[in-house]
Amino acid sequence: MNLHGTPLSIVIFSLFVALVLWLSWFFARKAKSASGYYAAGGQIHWAVNGISFAGDYLSAASFLGICGMIATLGYDGFLYSIGYLAGWVVALFVVAEPMKRMGKFTFTDALDAKFDHRGIKLAAAVSTLVVSICYLIPQMNGAGTLVEPLLGLPHWAGVILVGAIVITIVATAGMTSTTYVQFLKGGLLLVFSTILVVMVLARGLGTAPASLPGEDGRPLLEIPAQASEASLAADGHVLAHTAGDLLQFLRGEEISWWKRDADGVLWQAQWRGKGLVNGEADGLLRPVGRLRRIGGLDEAEAARGTGPVGPVRFLALLTDPETRIEQWHQRTVYGAGGEKYSVHYPHAVTGTEQMRPGVKFKVGTTREKLNFVSLMMALFFGTAALPHILIRYYTVPSPACARKSTIVAIAAIGSFYVLTLFMGLGAAINGTVNPADNNMSAPLLALSFGGVLFAVISAIAFATVLGTVAGLIVAASGAVAHDLMDRFGRMDLSEARKVRAGKIAAFGVGIVAIVLGIVFRGVNVSFLVGWAFAVAASANLPAIVMLLFWKGTTAQGIVASIIVGIVAALGIILTGPEMFAGPYGLRAEDAWHPLGQPGIISIPLSFLALVAVSLLTRRRSAAPVGGA
Amino acid sequence: MLHEPAQNSGPDPAVGYKTRLGVMMFLIYCVVYAGFVLANVVADGRAMQIVVFAGLNLAVVYGMGLIVLALVQALVYNLLCTRREHALGLGSDGRDAA
Repeated sequence: MNLHGTPLSIVIFSLFVALVLWLSWFFARKAKSASGYYAAGGQIHWAVNGISFAGDYLSAASFLGICGMIATLGYDGFLYSIGYLAGWVVALFVVAEPMKRMGKFTFTDALDAKFDHRGIKLAAAVSTLVVSICYLIPQMNGAGTLVEPLLGLPHWAGVILVGAIVITIVATAGMTSTTYVQFLKGGLLLVFSTILVVMVLARGLGTAPASLPGEDGRPLLEIPAQASEASLAADGHVLAHTAGDLLQFLRGEEISWWKRDADGVLWQAQWRGKGLVNGEADGLLRPVGRLRRIGGLDEAEAARGTGPVGPVRFLALLTDPETRIEQWHQRTVYGAGGEKYSVHYPHAVTGTEQMRPGVKFKVGTTREKLNFVSLMMALFFGTAALPHILIRYYTVPSPACARKSTIVAIAAIGSFYVLTLFMGLGAAINGTVNPADNNMSAPLLALSFGGVLFAVISAIAFATVLGTVAGLIVAASGAVAHDLMDRFGRMDLSEARKVRAGKIAAFGVGIVAIVLGIVFRGVNVSFLVGWAFAVAASANLPAIVMLLFWKGTTAQGIVASIIVGIVAALGIILTGPEMFAGPYGLRAEDAWHPLGQPGIISIPLSFLALVAVSLLTRRRSAAPVGGA
Repeated sequence: MLHEPAQNSGPDPAVGYKTRLGVMMFLIYCVVYAGFVLANVVADGRAMQIVVFAGLNLAVVYGMGLIVLALVQALVYNLLCTRREHALGLGSDGRDAA
């Protein structure tokens, strides 16, 4: 797809950026002290903090990644919504109030409150940096993806633009400006997502979706042509190569790929290869996704559409076993001459298949079951261990306010995740899925309702990235300046120098984030965030939980737990099939083990390390230094 | 070393009650969540495609139910915590009303 920015989208985007930068300038005077810079002075109202939590948490992964995954894979994407929300239960019932009581500026403060142990400071700071970097990659990647259609800039330019704006936000006013940017973004995201879902329901379902306008005025959506081998042969096409159920035909210089379905019908596919897209040097991939049949409606009724439907009816019609939804999958194949092609092809699924788990997360084999359980564990236990979420507990005045702000967050985030199911499915049936990059599904769905909504939703999505990245950079800069330099390095910085060190660290982390965002282009952002959750759940949560609920926990036990958690989680990820098949460019079968998700191994291992080392060092640590 | 909370909130006499209540609430949710995960892996997840309510299948109803349950439990937890805090003379923000 090649959607260029319109003047309207550029104006709305610029207004957002101007507002965000003004907020940073306005609050800069409040960030002179370390408390002001790292914790917004602990004076944020709990309701504002709750929405800011939502702004912090509802990242590019939630908005772009989950909607994109639901749009292309159906219900499997919604599993992320459920897991991400469930994690807030752990945050509320186990972590919120103790974190506020024990900590000051960073997650490390809370872990170290009882022991004042340099090893904890170092390990927890490193853990904060690792998790923040893991989380930053998909956010920056999402920023680049958004800016391409919004402003007509290349992906790398979008990543640099986000990096520059966020560094400005964080370096001018730290947590205060970050809080209000997140509040603004969280509120707008909820309001406009609701509007988008209402419009999807008002449009209803139909087998002839409205098409997006292309640059040349032609509709972008093309219903894939149907054919048989005989009809193609009669039309001069010669079968050149077969790759399973994908068939390559040649007609002179013209190349085409077709997918044979179970009934022997051929469906035209889209393809990229030999420097061409769909056969043209400057060709485009067309947006896809539609209903082929609606359960209970005949062909004519389905083409006319249902008209407005309620949310339950919308889901029920899509769940109907007679309903057929056209998903688009991608496969890399080799043509007749051995040349490599990326073929995107239609694959019709029933409503039953679309609305149950199993397209991405298959649970047939033991390995698949383990991967699924592992992912759901990481999502459940990861939220309450994310450093950029935990530092938001220090921005409110009291533990009770920390609790109330978490409840506001659950209400806001839960509402949003319900909306993701409708936005994702709406994109899937309205011809608004980019087959090469499903991250743009929600903004493209907005485009199907007109340029204004697209511009607003895209600008909010961009603000979504800004808010989350700002929170991550505050957390990472706190780990460097407060945990490592001031507390671990015993540099005993003055208030002013501590703030300056935080700003310099924010700049450094921002540069790293920009580089990684460019390198990891094109990977589904929600999938990458799943790994960040796994590392957080493995490295941080066992230490937090055991510190709160087991008196036998020692400083050495906490250090061991964090190190084992990070090493095990990262080790399993880096040697697993997803990395081999993806970034390494090798065969998934050559991976060292079959696990794609580390949580089921790394989380228990981290608990085990804490208990074992604590028992071994208990006598030596019987009298902890310092007090809470 | 500036290692005290950004805002001191004072002692909280309700902390034991809130911790016990939180753990109980967490365990209840854990069981329901584990049931969801289990329903997905047992029998290849086929149970999730059973239509259970108004044309909606178990996957959608259970998933939405988990989101709603989180909010309901959160509100009940806050109600009980706030009631205990008030009974112990703490202000609406959990700090000593005196």
